Amino acid sequence: MDKIVELNGVNKVYGTNRVVKDLNLFVEEGEFLTLLGSSGCGKTTTLRMIAGFEEPTTGTIKVQGENVEAKEPFERNVNTVFQSYALFPHMTIYENIAYGLKVKKVSKAEIKKSVLEMLDLVQLNGFEHRYPSQLSGGQKQRVAIARALINHPKVLLLDEPLGALDLKLRKQMQLELKRLQKKLNITFIYVTHDQEEALTMSDRIAVMHDGVIDQLASPTEIYEHPKTKFVATFIGETNIYDGCITSIKGEIANITLENGEVSVKCPEDFSILEYASVSVRPEKMKFSTKKVDGFGLVAQVKDYVYVGSVLKCIVALPNGNELKIERLAGQELPKVGSKCYPYWNPEDAVLIHNESHYIFEALNNIKLA
Amino acid sequence: MSKSRLNFKANTLPAIVMVGPVVVIMVLLIAVPLIYVGIMSSCSIDEFYNVTYNFTLENYIRLANQDYLKIYSQSICIAFITTLICILIGYPFSYFIARTKSKKKKILYMLVIIPFWTNSLIRIYGWRTFLGTNGWLNIILQLLNITDEPIDFLYKTGATVLGMVYCLIPFMILPLYTSIEKLDVTLLEASSDLGAGSMKTFVNVILPLTSGGIFSGSLMVFIPCLGYFFVSDILGGGNSDVIGNLIERQFQGGNNWPLGAALSIVLIVVTLALVKVYQKLGGDMDALGV
Repeated sequence: MDKIVELNGVNKVYGTNRVVKDLNLFVEEGEFLTLLGSSGCGKTTTLRMIAGFEEPTTGTIKVQGENVEAKEPFERNVNTVFQSYALFPHMTIYENIAYGLKVKKVSKAEIKKSVLEMLDLVQLNGFEHRYPSQLSGGQKQRVAIARALINHPKVLLLDEPLGALDLKLRKQMQLELKRLQKKLNITFIYVTHDQEEALTMSDRIAVMHDGVIDQLASPTEIYEHPKTKFVATFIGETNIYDGCITSIKGEIANITLENGEVSVKCPEDFSILEYASVSVRPEKMKFSTKKVDGFGLVAQVKDYVYVGSVLKCIVALPNGNELKIERLAGQELPKVGSKCYPYWNPEDAVLIHNESHYIFEALNNIKLA
Repeated sequence: MSKSRLNFKANTLPAIVMVGPVVVIMVLLIAVPLIYVGIMSSCSIDEFYNVTYNFTLENYIRLANQDYLKIYSQSICIAFITTLICILIGYPFSYFIARTKSKKKKILYMLVIIPFWTNSLIRIYGWRTFLGTNGWLNIILQLLNITDEPIDFLYKTGATVLGMVYCLIPFMILPLYTSIEKLDVTLLEASSDLGAGSMKTFVNVILPLTSGGIFSGSLMVFIPCLGYFFVSDILGGGNSDVIGNLIERQFQGGNNWPLGAALSIVLIVVTLALVKVYQKLGGDMDALGV
C-alpha cells in the first residue's frame, strides 16, 4: 500500500510550549487511522497541521508524496470535518454542501448532481432547503461530512466529529462513518479522546501522549500488547504494577512486585534484573482460595459491583493497592472480607518496559559501587 | 421560599416609588414635548410671527417646496457618503481590533471610546482651527513647500463630510466590532478548507455574516447625519446644509416654529421607518443600543 500522508520529524512549538515533538507518522492509502489521546496531547494540532490551519515549526508533511507544509488549506487535497460542524449558518444545507464546488466555479447542473448524490450518501434527502439551525446535532454532522466529501478528497480529516452527540447517536454514527469509509475507500484520519470509539472504528490507532506517539498499531495489538504504561492505562481498564524481573525460565519470567511475586510471559527484549511493569486486564484476572504456583499475591475481597453482564470484584493487596477483577455474573465467589489469591495465565499478562528503569539501574550501580 | 418572598416585599419600596420618578421624567421630558411638537406642526403664524393655535396641514405642504427638496437631497447625499466612508474606514479597523490577539486591542478600542468624553461641538471647533487658512494644516503644508498660498479647506461639502465621519464613526465601529468578534473562526477555516481563497471567503462567509453589523452601524450613522446641524454650520459654513439646519433655522432666525415642528415630525417619521425596515430585515434591536 502507498503512503498517502507522511509526517517526518514534525515539531510544533507555541511560545515555550512544545505541543508536538519529533513526530513521525505514515498513513496508508485507504486506511482508517485514529489519533487517540487525552486533551492537550497534540492530536488536534497534528490534524490541523495536516489540514493546513497550522504550520509545523520544523519537519515536513507530505500528502501523496508532495510537500505541503507551505501550502494553504485550499491547495491541499484533504478536507476536514470540524468538531463544531462549522456549517455556514446563512446558507441552506444545499448551499453548504455545494460550497466546495461553487468556489471552484463548477457548472450549476454538475453541482446539483453532486449535491444530491452527497445528500443521498448521508441519507438526508429532502433536507436541502433547510438551514443548519433547523437540524439536529446528528443531521448537522452528516451535512458536515457531505460538505467535506463533495470535493472528493484523498484524505478526510475528522476532528472529534462525534464529540457533541449523545451516546446512542454516537454509536450509530460510528458504524455509519466506518461504512462510509469502506464504501468510498477514502483515507480517514480521525481524532478522538474516546478509546472505545477508536477501538471500534480504526484500522490502526496512534496513541498520543504529551506530543509523542506512544504506540501505533492495530486495535487488537494496542489492547492486548500495550507498549507503554500510558497506553495500557489509557486503553481500557487494567491492573498495572511495577516490579523487578528476578528470574527468567524459558518463556516465563518471575517478577517481584511490592506485594509478592508473579509470573508473566516474557518477550525476548527483557532481561533479568530489569525493572518493568506488569499489566493485566480485569477480565484476564482470576482468583483462587488456594495458593497458585508462581504467584505470591495475597489479597482480601473488598467489594462486588454488579454492572450487568459482569461482576466487578475489588480486592485489596496488603499495601492498600486495589486490583480489579471481572467475573461473569452467576459464578460462585468468595465472600466479602475473605482471603483470596489473585493469579492469571502467564500469557494473559503483558510485560512493559518501565520508562524509568534506567534510573533504577543507575541507582543500583551506585549501591553496588 | 414564600417567606423570603414576603421579606423581599417588605424590604422593598412600593412600586409607585420605584418606577414613579422614571415615568414622570419620561412623560414630562419626552412624551409631552413630542406631543407639543406634534400640535405645533399643525399651527400657523400671523404676520407678527405669533403662533396661532388652529389646525392646518399647510406647514406639511410647504415642506414640498423646491428649495427644501434640494436641501433634503443634499442632506441625504451627505449622509449617504458619510455612511459609506464610515463603512470603508470602520470595517477594516473593526476587523483588525476584533481579530488581533495583541495587547494593543484594548488601547485601540479605548481610542474609539475616548473622544466621547469631550463634547462633540468642541471637537468640531478643533477641526475648524486645524483646517482654517491660518490653521496648522496650512502652516505645515506651507513649511513643507507643498503649497505657496493657504488652501481653503473649510466651508465646503467635503469639510462637512469630514466632520460627520469624525463625529459618527464610533457608531459604525462599535456594532461592527461586535458582529465581527462574534464570527466563528472555524467557519473561515472551513471555507478555506473547502477551496476558497481569502477573497472568496470574505465575500461568501465574512461579509454575509457581518452584514447585520454593517446595517446597524449604517443606521446609526445615517440618521444622526441628517440632523447634526452644528457640523455643517461650523465646517460647512452654510454651503452644505442638512435637514437639521433647516429645522434649527425655523426655530431660531426664521422664527417659524410650526414649520420647524413639521420638519421635525417628518424627520422622526423617516427615522422610525428606517428602523422598521432594519427590523424587518432581521436586524437586532439590541445592536442599536435602543
